[in-house]
Amino acid sequence: MAVAAPAANVQFLLTAASFAALTYAFVMSDFSVRLVTINSHSDKPLLYKITGVWGNHEGSMLLWVLIVTLFGAFAAWFGGNLPPTLRARVLSVQAMVGVAFFAFILFTSNPFLRMQVAPFDGQDLNPLLQDPGLAFHPPFLYLGYVGLSMTFSFAVAALIEGRVDAAWGRWVRPYTLAAWIFLTIGIGLGSWWAYYELGWGGFWFWDPVENASFMPWLIAAALLHSAIVVEKRESMKSWTILLAIIAFGFSMIGAFITRSGVLTSVHAFATDPERGMFLLMITAVFMLGGLTLFAARANVLQAKGVFSVVSRESFLVANNVLLAVAAFVVFVGTIWPLVSEMLFDRKLSVGAPFFNMAFTPFMVVLGLILPVGAMLPWKRGNLGKTIRPLRTVFVLSVAVGVLAWAMQTGRSGLGPVGLFLAAWLVSGAAVDLWSRTGRGENRFGRLARLPRADWGKAVAHAGFGITIAGVAAMMAWETEDIRVVQEGETFELSGFTLVLEDVQQVQGPNYASTMAQVSLSRDGREIATLYPEKRFYPVARMPTTEAALDIGFWRDVYVVIGDPQSNGGWAVRTYYKPLANWIWGGSILMALGGALSLTDRRYRIAAGARKTPTVAGGVPAE
Amino acid sequence: MKRLILSLVLCLLWAPVGAVQPDEVLDDPRLEERAREISGGLRCLVCRNESIDDSNAELARDMRLLVRERLLAGDSDDEVIQFIVDRYGEYVLLQPKATGANLVLWLAGPLMLLVGAGIGWSYLRRRSQAEEAPKDVLSQQEADRLREIMKD
Repeated sequence: MAVAAPAANVQFLLTAASFAALTYAFVMSDFSVRLVTINSHSDKPLLYKITGVWGNHEGSMLLWVLIVTLFGAFAAWFGGNLPPTLRARVLSVQAMVGVAFFAFILFTSNPFLRMQVAPFDGQDLNPLLQDPGLAFHPPFLYLGYVGLSMTFSFAVAALIEGRVDAAWGRWVRPYTLAAWIFLTIGIGLGSWWAYYELGWGGFWFWDPVENASFMPWLIAAALLHSAIVVEKRESMKSWTILLAIIAFGFSMIGAFITRSGVLTSVHAFATDPERGMFLLMITAVFMLGGLTLFAARANVLQAKGVFSVVSRESFLVANNVLLAVAAFVVFVGTIWPLVSEMLFDRKLSVGAPFFNMAFTPFMVVLGLILPVGAMLPWKRGNLGKTIRPLRTVFVLSVAVGVLAWAMQTGRSGLGPVGLFLAAWLVSGAAVDLWSRTGRGENRFGRLARLPRADWGKAVAHAGFGITIAGVAAMMAWETEDIRVVQEGETFELSGFTLVLEDVQQVQGPNYASTMAQVSLSRDGREIATLYPEKRFYPVARMPTTEAALDIGFWRDVYVVIGDPQSNGGWAVRTYYKPLANWIWGGSILMALGGALSLTDRRYRIAAGARKTPTVAGGVPAE
Repeated sequence: MKRLILSLVLCLLWAPVGAVQPDEVLDDPRLEERAREISGGLRCLVCRNESIDDSNAELARDMRLLVRERLLAGDSDDEVIQFIVDRYGEYVLLQPKATGANLVLWLAGPLMLLVGAGIGWSYLRRRSQAEEAPKDVLSQQEADRLREIMKD
């Protein structure tokens, strides 16, 4: 049993060594390694040589196991306060996950294969991936996916132990939170990248691979709420365990979808049936094992807390139902083309229009009930009493929605509803915080001293509202202009005046660029000069679009230069994107809220207590 | 020299950047808006997961032009979509029709919500009527640990 911790450390160190070796090969451009030849080039900037390590299938799987073992080692370092048997079981389950993926790498995706003859230079990384937004998108996503393997390990270990109590909830929640934070950042980065890089400012496409990361995010969000109920009220235990198992299941399905290319999309740089089968088997083994164990042992998990139908608990149950069903809808939509083709021989597509229609209602209801649930007391609440302090902000939020409805030009219901929800969520979070400061003097002082978990909750919920506002405004009120413009010509969009000053050819480090200069002004006042580009990467023989953005708090102006036209002009597209940055601003706030909650005192105590071992009596009481 | 580089670069650029080209745009803004709306729901057949409105593939351009042609000929939105589906199959619809087996897809969410709400509600009922369980008795070891934590 005591072997578990050192074994986890050794596993991590050895994996880190092999990852370092691969990174070294990339940095030094060692083209005798096949992977480096295919994915790198000696002219590439150093940053992208490093990110090239995981910009391909084999390297990204090595990163995956590196993170699996990192989490294992983390549990070994900071798990000193866990009961020894639980710790050993958690570590062994985690190590089994690691071993499964090691086998996957060894048998199907060896990153260290050599070239017979080392070529003179490499074939370059896909230029789309040579971008800071995308360079760091995979590591964050993987930290999230794999973080959920930790919750899986905790769930399985708890089932083996046959004991789930408040302490278990407290141990597992930081890992869930961390995984969710990383997923939030990873998804946000990916969406931001798509927004500025793909050339028309779309931020979410309901692509199978995006869904693959979104499903674990939704389940993790449900899980970190239900883990609170386990921690505080010792209820929803078996459901939480089930969610923990399913969350990792979705992570692995995500890996399967991405890596096997079964539902092909832009992301699938590994389209290989053998790898797909292997990953599917790993997923099946862990899911069947976990679920069987769950079926066998769930009955020993007795709920303790008693609560009335009007209580914080019941709203968290509603939260979980909504999030889990929303994830289920995304799941069915994602695999439906596959199912339909295999079972009914009916080849069809499920795209953005379906998801927008089927998914959005869940988020609307969630946003509507959230501020109320967040303020209800545990155990037994009084709905009238809880709603009273929220009445003013509710009316104000409705006013915001009505104002948006009155001021808009179209007849979109989405925009006003989105802004109403945003105002409701943000102001609801503020009211929640303020009401926690009690009565009387010095409420601001007390506000600052509130537990970080309270702040985290408010910030994350407000972030959710801000993201909703951004998404709704973008979908409802975006405007677009497509036209042929001569150099020196002026045109207008949504009150802005744009002038295409000139178009030049510019040479970049490893690309050639067609760069336009566009000046942007409003009411005769110069705002910005934008330089949209079209790049061509000769080594990969691939063109990319580099849109130019004037980023603002209330709107982005997004300019793309297109092809030269026969009459000497250029195709230019311009978009006016209201509240665009709120989407990612909200994501950052959500991640920040998670981080605040993660550093709450109760988790720090749990981790720090280990460092002052049994010197009982030696420490003076404060 | 600038000319030469320009023409070289243009030869190499095999994929035009951007989707809807200026020469495709219809003169009547209302028709154009309808065309955009329709093409946002049609899948580009050679792309991975893009509507013809977003795609810069040659085929997507042909389909966009076809949509506009039909609109100019006076078709309603549904007729245009049916016209495209007749030629390219159901696969082009990004929002699958709610017919036949597809009902499973459309009803999966609402049904699951009912099931979830049912389970949730019965759980709430049980919890609100349950007896308060006896408190756990801490083992000696756990009690020691608790005392240690409380000292912080």
